Amino acid sequence: MEQYISLAVKAIFVENMALAFFLGMCTFLAISKKVQTALGLGIAVIVVLAITTPVNNLIYNLLLREGALAWAGYPDVDLSFLGYISYIGVIAAIVQILEMFLDKFVPALYNALGVFLPLITVNCAIMGAALFMVERDYTFSESVVYGAGAGVGWALAITALAGIREKLKYSDVPEGLRGLGITFITVGLMSLGFMSFSGVQL
Amino acid sequence: MSATKDVLVTPLFKNNPIGLQILGVCSALAVTSNLNTALVMTLAVTVVTAFSNMFVSLIRNQIPSSVRIICQMTIIASLVIVVDQILKAYAYDVSKQLSVFVGLIITNCIVMGRAEAFAMKNPPGISFLDGIGNGLGYGVVLIFVGFLRELFGAGKLFGIEVLPLVNDGGWYLANGLMLLPPSAFFIIGIFIWIVRSFDKKQVEAPEFVLAKNSKKEAV
Repeated sequence: MEQYISLAVKAIFVENMALAFFLGMCTFLAISKKVQTALGLGIAVIVVLAITTPVNNLIYNLLLREGALAWAGYPDVDLSFLGYISYIGVIAAIVQILEMFLDKFVPALYNALGVFLPLITVNCAIMGAALFMVERDYTFSESVVYGAGAGVGWALAITALAGIREKLKYSDVPEGLRGLGITFITVGLMSLGFMSFSGVQL
Repeated sequence: MSATKDVLVTPLFKNNPIGLQILGVCSALAVTSNLNTALVMTLAVTVVTAFSNMFVSLIRNQIPSSVRIICQMTIIASLVIVVDQILKAYAYDVSKQLSVFVGLIITNCIVMGRAEAFAMKNPPGISFLDGIGNGLGYGVVLIFVGFLRELFGAGKLFGIEVLPLVNDGGWYLANGLMLLPPSAFFIIGIFIWIVRSFDKKQVEAPEFVLAKNSKKEAV
């Protein structure tokens, strides 16, 4: 049990997807002008990450890794080079299924998420979590915790940034820095703050 | 020929994918702690963008628009697998350092964005050049950031010592902060500032303007 808690804390704070690994930056910067939309997107990312990471874990362990096809009588086959294309396929398919499912059964949430759901397919945080999961060789239950934790961390970061940007629009920023420039510097400061969870090592 | 030149040169500064279009920022930050990885990443992204633009453009009249995203994804993912295998075969150390970021080229918005915005509407030749141009525009930022971070963070360029460090008996005290993630954000913020001070057209309109102070004594 303990290792799962420590893994979750690590995924949420210490190795925050957005602020320590810069994943999902494009959407992170583009859709963080209002807290409301940022929160909606954050929740969508949590849901998608919590589903796709374990599914990709199963695919990797049962089909792709070296010797994984032993049950089918091919103990020497190593399909790990097909990883990228399968993960992205799985992610795209699951996002699509989730969209149809929500549309049919939870229309309120579907309307709240709106255009963000399809956008999530190309969010690097989702793909990044799948690749980290493979690189670090997580087991199935670890991948569930890691996926959910990474999602929560990302949602936390984007909501916080949106909160700052909402206030920031009343400040007098130098001309060239307006908009994107100052946002980068804000994110840099936030990232500096999040580094204190792991300790700054110079 | 000027159209060709335009397509190649405008993405470098005037319409930089990172500075103006906010595309592909993720990997730009993560791989720039030294110049070597930044350069390899630039090459990889340029190759993938150019070829994915070309292939998408070749089949643009055949694919129905409802499934075009997944078709583009498949093309991009296949190209990235090729690049990844080549890197593993010929530059294993660099490929280890880049770790998951090679795979993340698939979800790099530059590749998708250009395929969607340019290659779907233009013939293959010019799309190929557009891919090269945008890959290089991405590379300009990457190399600028990588140069500063490696020079001031480790006193080296491409792993060769330029500023002798205090630890090795030299005079330069390395700025460790440069190698940490936050510095990449600051440097890109400043890069955007510099570019926009030269090219005023890129400055974003403020959402909210402060009213002039109406009290006399405050002025």
